[in-house]
Amino acid sequence: MKKLLAVVLALVMIMSFAACGTKKTESSKSDLSTLKVGLITLHDDSSTYDKNFIDAMYRALENLGMSKDQLVLYTGVGEDEACYNKAKECVNQGCKVVFADSFGHEDYLIQAAGEYPDVQFCHATGTKAHTVNLDNFANSFASIYEGRYAAGIAAGMKINEMIEAGKITAEQALMGYVGAYTYAEVMSGYTSFYLGAKSVCPTVKMNVKFTGSWYDYDKEKAAAESLISDGCVLISQHADSYGAPDACQAAKVPNISYNGSTKDVGPDTYIVSSKIDWTPYFEYMINCVNEGKAIEKDWTGTVETGSVKLLEVNDAVAAKGTQEAIDKALADFKAGTLKVFDTSTFTYDNGKTLESYKADVDSDEKFEKDTEVVKDGVFEESKYRSAPYFDVEIDGITLLDRNYG
Amino acid sequence: MKTANKKHEPLFHITKNDAIPMTKAIGIRVFAILIALILVGILSMILIKENPFLIYKAMFDGAFIDVWTLLQNTALLLMFGLAVIPAFQMKFWNLGANGQVLVGCLSAIACMKFIPQKFPDISNGLLILIMALASILASCIWSVIPAIFKAYFNTNETLFTLMMNYIAITMVDYFVFTWDKTGSGTLGIVNLLNGKKGWIPDISNRYVLSIIVALIMTVFMFVYMKYTKHGFEVSLVGESVNTAKYVGINVKKVIIRTLLLGGIICGILGFLYAGSVSHTINKEVGGLGFTAILVAWLANFDSGVMLLTSFFVVFLDTGSKYVSTQFQLNSNDYANIVVGIIFFFVIGCEFFIRYRIQFNKRKSKSIEEREEA
Repeated sequence: MKKLLAVVLALVMIMSFAACGTKKTESSKSDLSTLKVGLITLHDDSSTYDKNFIDAMYRALENLGMSKDQLVLYTGVGEDEACYNKAKECVNQGCKVVFADSFGHEDYLIQAAGEYPDVQFCHATGTKAHTVNLDNFANSFASIYEGRYAAGIAAGMKINEMIEAGKITAEQALMGYVGAYTYAEVMSGYTSFYLGAKSVCPTVKMNVKFTGSWYDYDKEKAAAESLISDGCVLISQHADSYGAPDACQAAKVPNISYNGSTKDVGPDTYIVSSKIDWTPYFEYMINCVNEGKAIEKDWTGTVETGSVKLLEVNDAVAAKGTQEAIDKALADFKAGTLKVFDTSTFTYDNGKTLESYKADVDSDEKFEKDTEVVKDGVFEESKYRSAPYFDVEIDGITLLDRNYG
Repeated sequence: MKTANKKHEPLFHITKNDAIPMTKAIGIRVFAILIALILVGILSMILIKENPFLIYKAMFDGAFIDVWTLLQNTALLLMFGLAVIPAFQMKFWNLGANGQVLVGCLSAIACMKFIPQKFPDISNGLLILIMALASILASCIWSVIPAIFKAYFNTNETLFTLMMNYIAITMVDYFVFTWDKTGSGTLGIVNLLNGKKGWIPDISNRYVLSIIVALIMTVFMFVYMKYTKHGFEVSLVGESVNTAKYVGINVKKVIIRTLLLGGIICGILGFLYAGSVSHTINKEVGGLGFTAILVAWLANFDSGVMLLTSFFVVFLDTGSKYVSTQFQLNSNDYANIVVGIIFFFVIGCEFFIRYRIQFNKRKSKSIEEREEA
C-alpha cells in the first residue's frame, strides 16, 4: 500500500507541474528575423512526399533570409489527435504559422485553428477551407495534373521509341500505374499522365493498381512487379516510397516518378519526375503572416507560380527530344493554350463524351456531387477548390482493383 | 588431476536467481539505464555533433513542452498495459490489445456516425452510452474468442491473439474505405462540424478525462490483483495449472473471466479514443498495444509500477522526437534509435536480475584452495 501511496504522490507532483507547465510566448509584432514557422509532416525524409515539403521549407527560409532555427519541424505525426497536439506544441513554441502536409491532418488543424485565432494554419491537399470559414485556416495545392501530363508525354515518347525499335507492337503499348487510393487526387493524377502519353502515342493503354496506403514500400513494390509481369512496359506511380522505382530498376522497366528524382535508385530506368515545388507557397504564406495579410483560402500553384515542375530528364533512358517536348507543353500551359482535361481528347463509358459533370467540391457527410465543373469543353480541375476533384474513369485506363489495403 | 579438472569446466555457468534483494534489482536497472544514456550520448555526439548534455536537455524540455499531452499519452499507454497484465499474470500471452481496442473504437465510431443520421433527435447522453456498450461488447468478443479456444482446445494464445489484430486492422481499413466515399482512406474527425454528437464532454480540458479513467483503472486493477479472490486465482493459475486444478479452481472459467476483464478495459479504451481522444479511427489507433506489452513486462505485471514505466516510455519517446525537431534531423530515425537502445539495456538487464552468472575459475580455485588446505 505504501508503494501505491508513493506512486499517487508522484503523480500529484507531476500534475501540479502540469498546472504551471504550459505557457504561451506571445509577441504582438512579427518580423521575418524572429517569425517562427511550424511544419508537421506525416512521415519523414525517407518518404518522397514528405521530403518534398521539408526541402521546400528550408529553401523558402533561405530565400527569405531566415535562419533554419526559425523552423519547428515535427516528422512522423499521425493523422489523429497527434496532429492537434503537435500543432499546439508549435504554437507553444511561438510559431505564428503552422503548416501540415497530409490529407488526414486537416480536421485536427481545423480544431487547432478554432482554438488559436491569432495563429495561421495552412494545409496541403485539404478540401474544407472554403466551407469551414475560419479566417486562419487555408488550403493549398497545385495544378500538378499539368506536370503529370508533361511527364506523360515523356512516357508516350519512350513507348513510341520502343515501338519504332520493334521491341513491342503498337497494340502492346501498355503502361502500369501504382496508385495509393481511388481518391480524386490520385485519379486526376493518373488520368492526366495517361492523357499526356496518349497525346503522342494514340494506341497506349494503362492498368492501375492501388495499394490502399500513401506509403507502403512492400505493397508499392509488389504492385509494380505485378504490373510488369502483366506486360506493362513502363511504370509510373502516385505513392510515396521507393517501392515502384526499385521494382522497375530490378526489372529494367522505364519509370516515371513523382515528387522527387529517383535517379539514384534507378539510373537505368528513371526517365523524369513531375513534382509540386512548395517553395513559392511557403514564401507566400510566410510573407502574408509577416505582413498581417490574409492568406487565400484555396491557393492553387501553377507552372506560372513555379509550383509545378518537371525534374531533370535522364538522357540515358528518355527518348530523344523529351526535354524539348516537355518544355513546349509547359510553355503552352503557361500561355493557356493547352488544357489537360479537354473533353474532346478522351471518352468514358465506352465512347461517351463528357459534356457535363458534377463533382463533390464541398466535402460533407453526404458526399453530394454539388458543383458543375465542365465548361466550354473543358473539365475545370482545381478551379472551385485547390485540391483535385477529377474522378471520372475514362476509356483506355483499367482499374485492376479498388483496394482498401 | 587439477589440470584435467580445469580443462573440463566451462568459463562460467548460469543459475536462476529468485531471491535478489529489491534494492539490488533497482540498482541494476538504474545502472543499465545510465549505461544506455551514456551510449546514447556518445552516439548523439557522432550523429548530431552536439554536446550530449544539450541533447539530454532538449530531450527533457521536449517531453515537458506540453505536459497534458505527455500525461494523456501516459494514461493511454497505461490503460493498454492494464488490459494485458491480468492475462500476463496468468501466463496467457495476450498480444491482442491492439486489435481489441481497434474493434471497440470501430464499433463506437460506427454508432457515433450512423445513429445520429437515423435518429437525429437522440440525446447525446444516450448516444454516448450506446457507444460505450458497443465498444465494450466488440472488444470482449475479440478477447473471449482466443480465451475460449485456449481454455477448451489449448490453442496457442500468442499466435491467436496476434492474428486477431490483423483481422481487426483489415476490418478498420475496409470500413474506413466504405464509409468515406471520396476514397481518401481517412475518416477525419467524426461529427466535428455536425454538433459534435457522441463527443464525451471535456472535464476542464480534452486530456483530463482519459487521465482520470486511467487512474481509477489502475487502482481497481491493483486491488483486484492483490486483494481479491479472483486475483489470487489468476496468479495461482499462472504459477501452476495443476495446482490450481487440485485446489478446485475452474481453470477454464478463470481464463475466460480474466480475458473478459481485459476485453472490458480495451472496450473502455476504444470508447475513449472514439468519444474523447481522437474522434476518428485509423489502423494506427491501437498501435500502443505492442508498446504496452513491454511496459507491462518492465513493471513485472504490477499495475502500480506500470504508472512509472509507462510514463518513462512516453517521456523517452516524446523527448527523443523533440531532439529530432530541435536539431533538425528531418527524420524519425533518431528517436527510434534512442528508444531502441534504452529498451535494449533495460530488457537486457532483466537477465542479470533473474539469473546469476557464476564464473567457474574463481569457484574451482576455491575448491583447489580447500583441497590444498
